Amino acid sequence: MIKSIKTWILVGFASLLLVACGQGGGGAGSKKSKTLDNTKKAGFVKCGVSQGLPGFSNADEAGNWTGIDVDVCRAVAAAVLGDADKVKYTPLSAKERFTALTSGEIDVLARNTTWTLSRDADIGLTFVGVNFYDGQGFMVRKASGINSVNDFRDGISACTNTGTTTELNMRDFFNSKNIKYEPIAFEKADEVVQAYDAGRCDTYTTDKSGLAAQRTKLSNPDEHKVLPETISKEPLGPVVRQGDSVWEDIVRWSLNTMIEAEEYGVNSSNASSLKDSDNPAIKRLVGAEGELGAAFGLDNDWSLRIIEQVGNYGESYKKHIADTGILPNRGPNELWTKGGILYVPPAR
Amino acid sequence: MNFKNLKFNLSNKNKDLIPQILTVVFLILIVIYFTINAQSNMGNRGISFGFGFLSQESSFDITFSLIDYDGSHTYARAFLVGLLNTILVSAIGIFFATILGVTIGIARLSQNYLVAKSAEWYVEIFRNIPLILQIFFWYFAALRALPLTVDSINFYDISFLNVKGWYVPKFVWTNFSIFIYSIIFAFILIYFLAKYAQKQRDKFGKQIPTLYISILLIIGLPFLTFLIGGVSLTFEIPELTQLSKTVYVYRGGVSIIPELISLALALSMYTATFIAENVRAGILGVSKGQKEAAASIGLTKGQILKLVVMPQALRIIIPPTTNQYLNLTKNSSLAAAIAYPDIVLVFAGTALMQTGRAIEIISITMLTYLSLSLSISVFMNWYNKKMAIKEK
Repeated sequence: MIKSIKTWILVGFASLLLVACGQGGGGAGSKKSKTLDNTKKAGFVKCGVSQGLPGFSNADEAGNWTGIDVDVCRAVAAAVLGDADKVKYTPLSAKERFTALTSGEIDVLARNTTWTLSRDADIGLTFVGVNFYDGQGFMVRKASGINSVNDFRDGISACTNTGTTTELNMRDFFNSKNIKYEPIAFEKADEVVQAYDAGRCDTYTTDKSGLAAQRTKLSNPDEHKVLPETISKEPLGPVVRQGDSVWEDIVRWSLNTMIEAEEYGVNSSNASSLKDSDNPAIKRLVGAEGELGAAFGLDNDWSLRIIEQVGNYGESYKKHIADTGILPNRGPNELWTKGGILYVPPAR
Repeated sequence: MNFKNLKFNLSNKNKDLIPQILTVVFLILIVIYFTINAQSNMGNRGISFGFGFLSQESSFDITFSLIDYDGSHTYARAFLVGLLNTILVSAIGIFFATILGVTIGIARLSQNYLVAKSAEWYVEIFRNIPLILQIFFWYFAALRALPLTVDSINFYDISFLNVKGWYVPKFVWTNFSIFIYSIIFAFILIYFLAKYAQKQRDKFGKQIPTLYISILLIIGLPFLTFLIGGVSLTFEIPELTQLSKTVYVYRGGVSIIPELISLALALSMYTATFIAENVRAGILGVSKGQKEAAASIGLTKGQILKLVVMPQALRIIIPPTTNQYLNLTKNSSLAAAIAYPDIVLVFAGTALMQTGRAIEIISITMLTYLSLSLSISVFMNWYNKKMAIKEK
């Protein structure tokens, strides 16, 4: 008798304890940002990047990450911690990226990720903006005689990455053209490149910027070309977890600041000298007017630090994408004032 | 209520039972805790939980499928495609690993120095290189070494090997079911023949050449169906088609993709080394006296191996070989690295990415591997029991 009572007390106690733990786990975002507090406490921004995509996020031999996605992480670090170098990069495969973010392993995902409805709405993520407008294309061998997607015939084999929107677009495309194709999907980009290089597939399909970047890894880059057609919209942008709206705003406006700075001609070398500019928009950007940072719990120089330490969007693009020969032409990634579609809400 | 009686029960039976019940309750509580925790965390992050996605359209295609599939089918069907592909490569791997393993194992015991040493080198090399490297080696080496489609290696104009795969003729049957029935019928006949032969041997000591009659039956009966059963077979031979100036492809026939070939090759060559060692241990484990005793009662060399050595050796070989079969099946999940569409690549890869249902998909995948392994285990345990010494 005594023993069984003891058992029940134990069981009851244990379940109480467990329920208490279970409830303590989460904590929805209120006015205070848990992610911001944790980041300040840790002293670095936890940022998820690709496993190596030149121009977007790529590490050199010394382990220094560069690229326009990396610059988003750096901008957040400059705004929040005052030092753009205080970032901890986590290279992630396409498959791992969202789980890493929702589980809290990283706080910002800047990994050439396409903004889609289902990703935004369904799996606990929030996209904060677009830092590169891309579209899916095809690469083929020049000798193949294929000059346009209209030259594809039944039986063509196409290599791509698994776990990306590419796989879905590819199916939509070939279905609409009524072409039977052989899809070969690899987990890592390097393996796709190797297989395509060896002739396993006739065409390699991914985002056009990716094609341009991966082409440099082929044994004879000059023997390959990217077809002119673009078969999909791929707005790539940084992602944060759902439920921390303050952190979401910080990341969104760090990116917007870079684009707005380019629009107003503020760059890393002239930013501090523009504190007494006549233009109030510029003055707000460099922290000489208004109290914009206070809305996120940051000081007033947060945007000045981004521009000084990371540069504006144009500088970032030139350094990582244009000067490296990946895509010298900015195309849609030009400011709206210059014929592109980069247009951000005003920082005021 | 008799208090004395209860006390008696406690001291004997329940004493052992209570700690066990406590352990089970504790385990259940841990599971409940993790479930609640996951649920509340997912709730906080706006992630829903459920298996409804399985009936949604998958909208991605798969290179290689044993059943009819394209992107308009459901995620559940994509799961089935992946599962069948996993079973296929595991079955092929187990088949060849066993043959190769037994051969190498026996070769290691050979009196011939060259044969024994080659077998030893094989074992030492292939079991000491990580499997993933071997898979990459066979895949990328094969891709680099094989010719382009237009310069395929030609086997008598019916089969072609190139970088895109191995193209073999497709069997086109008429009245295929009659053919299958004839084979089943042949097996039934063989079963009764074996029973009859055993009776004859036990009763009259008469030896009936069962083996030859069986071979005759298994070949003869299906062959007869061609002559009088209306069964016929034609071959669809793959045909080279030009898609563009330099792009060619074979149409028709059956294409065995290089991913499957290299994965099966790597898995069987790797696992064969362990099976070879099991076989060697099994044969060495049968004491010399057994063979000498068998020889002394006048059995031939073949009979000694079949009736005395192998039955005893198998008892030693089977349990560790079961482990190897399980390992091979689980190792087949490395397929994802070379784009072979197994369950990990298709379901725990693409489907997971498209739906974002990590917890649901990973648990389904884990359960699937568990069931696969348990099935192999159950079968091998049955076989082991059958081979075990029956004490009389």
